[in-house]
Amino acid sequence: MKVNLTIDNIAVSVDEGSTILEAAKQVSIHIPTLCYHEDLCVAGNCRVCVVEQTGTNRLLPSCAMPVSEGMDIHTNSLKVRAARKQVVELLISEHNAECTRCYKNGKCELQELSSEYILGDNGFIDLIPFKKYTIDNFSPSIIKDDSKCIRCQRCVRTCTELQSISALTVAHKGKEMKISSFYDKPMYEVVCTNCGQCVNRCPTGALTEKIYIDQVWEAICAEDKHVVVQTAPAVRVALGEALGMEPGEIITGKLVSALRRLGFSAVLDTDFTADLTIIEEGNELLQRLTKVLKDGDTSVKLPMTTSCSPGWVKFIEHTFPEYLDNVSTAKSPQQMFGALAKTFYAEKLKIEPENIVSVSIMPCTAKKFEADRPEMQSSGYKDVDFVLTTRELALMIKQAGIDFLSLPDDEYDSIMGQSTGAGVIFGATGGVMEAALRTAYEVVTGREVPFKNLEVTPVRGMEEVKEATIKLENVLPKWDFLEGVELKTCVTHGLTNAKKVMEAVKSGEANYHFIEVMACPGGCLGGGGQPIPTNLQIRQKRTEAIYQEDRLKAIRKSHENPEVQKIYEEFLKEPLGAMSHELLHTHYTVRNRQ
Amino acid sequence: MNDLRNLVSTLVDKHGRDEESLLPILQGIENSESYVSQEAMVEIAKELNISAAQVYGTATFYSFLSIQPLGKYVIRVCKTITCSMHGKNQVISELENMLKIKLGETTSDKRFSLLETNCLGQCHKGPAMLINDEPYTDLTPEKVREIIRDIQQKEFAVN
Amino acid sequence: MEKKHLKRLDLIFKNEHDTEEILAKVLAKKNEEIINDLIISGLKGRGGAGYPTGLKWKLTAEEESDEKYVICNADEGEPGTFKDREILSAVPHKVLTGMAVCARVTGAKQGFIYLRGEYKFLVPELEKAIAAFHNLLATLNLDFSVSVFIGSGAYICGEESALFESMEGKRGEPRNKPPFPTQKGYKAKPTVINNVETLAHTYSIFKYGPEKFHDLGVKDSHGSKVFSVSGDTPIPGIYELEFGMTLQKFVDDFADGDAKAVQVGGASGFCVPRKRFEKTVIGYQGTLTGPSLPTGGSMMIFNSSRSMYNVLHNYLDFFVEESCGQCTPCRVGTQQLLLGIQAVKKGEKPSLYLDKLLSLAETMRVTAKCGLGQSVANSFSSIVENFREEMIY
Repeated sequence: MKVNLTIDNIAVSVDEGSTILEAAKQVSIHIPTLCYHEDLCVAGNCRVCVVEQTGTNRLLPSCAMPVSEGMDIHTNSLKVRAARKQVVELLISEHNAECTRCYKNGKCELQELSSEYILGDNGFIDLIPFKKYTIDNFSPSIIKDDSKCIRCQRCVRTCTELQSISALTVAHKGKEMKISSFYDKPMYEVVCTNCGQCVNRCPTGALTEKIYIDQVWEAICAEDKHVVVQTAPAVRVALGEALGMEPGEIITGKLVSALRRLGFSAVLDTDFTADLTIIEEGNELLQRLTKVLKDGDTSVKLPMTTSCSPGWVKFIEHTFPEYLDNVSTAKSPQQMFGALAKTFYAEKLKIEPENIVSVSIMPCTAKKFEADRPEMQSSGYKDVDFVLTTRELALMIKQAGIDFLSLPDDEYDSIMGQSTGAGVIFGATGGVMEAALRTAYEVVTGREVPFKNLEVTPVRGMEEVKEATIKLENVLPKWDFLEGVELKTCVTHGLTNAKKVMEAVKSGEANYHFIEVMACPGGCLGGGGQPIPTNLQIRQKRTEAIYQEDRLKAIRKSHENPEVQKIYEEFLKEPLGAMSHELLHTHYTVRNRQ
Repeated sequence: MNDLRNLVSTLVDKHGRDEESLLPILQGIENSESYVSQEAMVEIAKELNISAAQVYGTATFYSFLSIQPLGKYVIRVCKTITCSMHGKNQVISELENMLKIKLGETTSDKRFSLLETNCLGQCHKGPAMLINDEPYTDLTPEKVREIIRDIQQKEFAVN
Repeated sequence: MEKKHLKRLDLIFKNEHDTEEILAKVLAKKNEEIINDLIISGLKGRGGAGYPTGLKWKLTAEEESDEKYVICNADEGEPGTFKDREILSAVPHKVLTGMAVCARVTGAKQGFIYLRGEYKFLVPELEKAIAAFHNLLATLNLDFSVSVFIGSGAYICGEESALFESMEGKRGEPRNKPPFPTQKGYKAKPTVINNVETLAHTYSIFKYGPEKFHDLGVKDSHGSKVFSVSGDTPIPGIYELEFGMTLQKFVDDFADGDAKAVQVGGASGFCVPRKRFEKTVIGYQGTLTGPSLPTGGSMMIFNSSRSMYNVLHNYLDFFVEESCGQCTPCRVGTQQLLLGIQAVKKGEKPSLYLDKLLSLAETMRVTAKCGLGQSVANSFSSIVENFREEMIY
């Protein structure tokens, strides 16, 4: 059913149940919002989006108010402007408005709004001196600065709705009301998975990633350091957004070019270790299947879940610790890269590992925590020294005065720089599964995975939980016990969905062999370290770009990556071998649920 | 710790495992323990399958739930305007003198806590206060002395 | 000393012991008839908002749902109000009767009395009354039961949607409306939520008929109202009076002869100065300058010895604490109003700053999410406008 109304004297007809905000968008009217976010349920608490309805004294929150027939809405009347301005003034009065010192300076939604409303000097009393604010900077991933919080609760809704973690909550009431963790403990000590989805949605500088830019500059400028950088698959389809490009543009060549100009000694690719992950993890899956299905070994667990998303790993450690044996022991591509950089790569280039500084560019805030895990020092050093988000890299490029848009394309360095289409799609939900299937199916049957152009479409896309069953037929003799077996796989993204899947596994309702979980919506391309803003449309554009990049690759199966083949010949010897075990596999920690 | 676990599980059995039971469970903890401790919240969160932070968020919203230990007798003096007009401050001074604590504090023997509260709904008989659940009205310093002395004597007799 | 210009009524508190008879009589009627009676009576919500009770029941009855609820709002937290406490302790059967009839009309099977934590001492007696009432319902074959849900000290939970949130184990934060409680209330099911007094009045309507009730009061405000009288009065207490009295008559009856202002409707209501006593009528319609002034029944009288600055300060302290904190205008606005009047009083801000605060109060009225934030302006503006000099000197 359609509902007819007028907004600013423009007639508009929208579906019943639409909000005034949505209706206004249809007629090219932008109503400012702060607590509203497309990915989240409507809160209606900032009151910035209020509009006037003729005949009603009270203003209506356009984000929360459904349209009704014959409504006459004004979004920019004097009354609306006056009220909106005062609401912004109120928010500024409880906000630590030291904008020039803030990481979000120039990227802050409150700042933008206040610049539109020219607040002037005659403001309200500054409430900051009356409050005892703390900055929580103990986490290696996320900094929470309450003095900049405007209590829009986007973070709380993100943490609850998208991620089912609820590490953040609203505590106390009245003037004491604040966004808090359990007992206001540091984020480091609670169930926070460091996924950074809250950071992606915070309109101000209240939640940001911990910045390591200066440490990286220092390393680059240190003469005795060999600084290697790896770039995650999802970075190349999103970095452009932070540098003035439209979502969905692939800028791999410019990315490499920029990194070289920044002064990194070698520009290498996480996609290489993504391919390596497939070899290790795929073999692990086959090994588990052998042990369970052939040997009847009950100590080996199925389903196996992926382990490359550090948000997911920490989530399962907190929430389903009884399933830690189900998580693949393969390290994430970032950490495989780190471990190899200070061993294999160091040997190859004859550089002392202590002189190597290993930097990674990630779409992720949880990767900072992952690099800090005590078990991630298998090279004898911290395997990955610094993790930068896509946003931090964008800032470095700006700092360096690089005109990114006009950069020529460049190629990754060799040794740990070559990758396949399978490595690239790691950045999208379903990508690890697809890459694994491309390899595992071929290992077992000697034939290519039975999908047109190797595109395992059932595991692609934004659906919450994707399932694909692949029947193994005419297998190679070595795998005869798998003949006729239907390999049941499941792919999910966002921890709320992951929780659902795990609960189904727990109840016995679901019976999978292999589960891919990405903590962030859409997979890494929707990661907490990606450019802001994010929404479904943007994530879809990035997804298209990732699959485009896959299609353009000459080699699209991990096991065909020549550098991967070479590293097994020269260094690792065999998948799941002793060297792999030492460098490429890890273990997990049971954590409490506070 | 085990006692606490038993208390939580008794309350959960009584009120149910739905989130709707959270407030009654928290009230039950408050009644037995004089406050809702961190450990209690973690235990409740586990039982109701919600996050500990959510329990904390709800607990801190309600002024009759405390996250700090309170005394056996919690005195809440009404600070609404009509009680103030009829001598609330004298009542508080008297209580402070008798208990040797300031507003917001708990006596060192953990017997009494002295707090202010919003309207008790006894405005026609102000000043008013609650001691635990029991209202006391038409207070004067003399009356307050008697009330406290009675409790102290009762406590003394018990020990 | 006691003057009696105003007729004192005795409908609510008269204890007639005829519950069974009344219930049998009303349950024999069709649902439509019962709703119609309520609509004819003109009964409006006695919590202060004044929504027509019959309409509320009708809308809930019309909703299709397998589960519905009847909730008695006994979270009486408005400063200066204490009538619901008295009604629940003196005549709980009337409230329960109203709930049971409402349940029959709407199809609800379960009812709750949300009792504020401050009134927990009422529980033992109330539980007895409920048990007796359940026995009575069993004889009448009405499948309905009532339980008590105790609050824990949060004024905002008197706001109906915040009350649902609280019952659902969450923070008592008001929801966006629509949907309204009649559509999605407790556990997102259609819910009738009525004030204690409203439910008690339905008993009188069932007993004496809707016309009798309608004949009391004035045009838009029918029936009697229970007032909680406190402050500078020799006779504080609870009084049942007819709607439509002028404040002057009220003051003549109840004040100490020196009243300079009456706070009508508690901290969230209006402060009426002496010069307006004659013109102010107590009812549902309008505002301070309108035809009548609404109230949940709180009448606080201040005589000339009282500082209206202290009065306002006290209210603002209350709001700063009791705002749920979720919406900007209320959370920050209340703090700004409080700090603002302090700054003006101390001379840190010019007296003109009061005008900025008045305009802020107006913004809060039109932008706040719920009744709490919207109504802060009532007391703030009426006190600052009428007692401006007391705010400055």
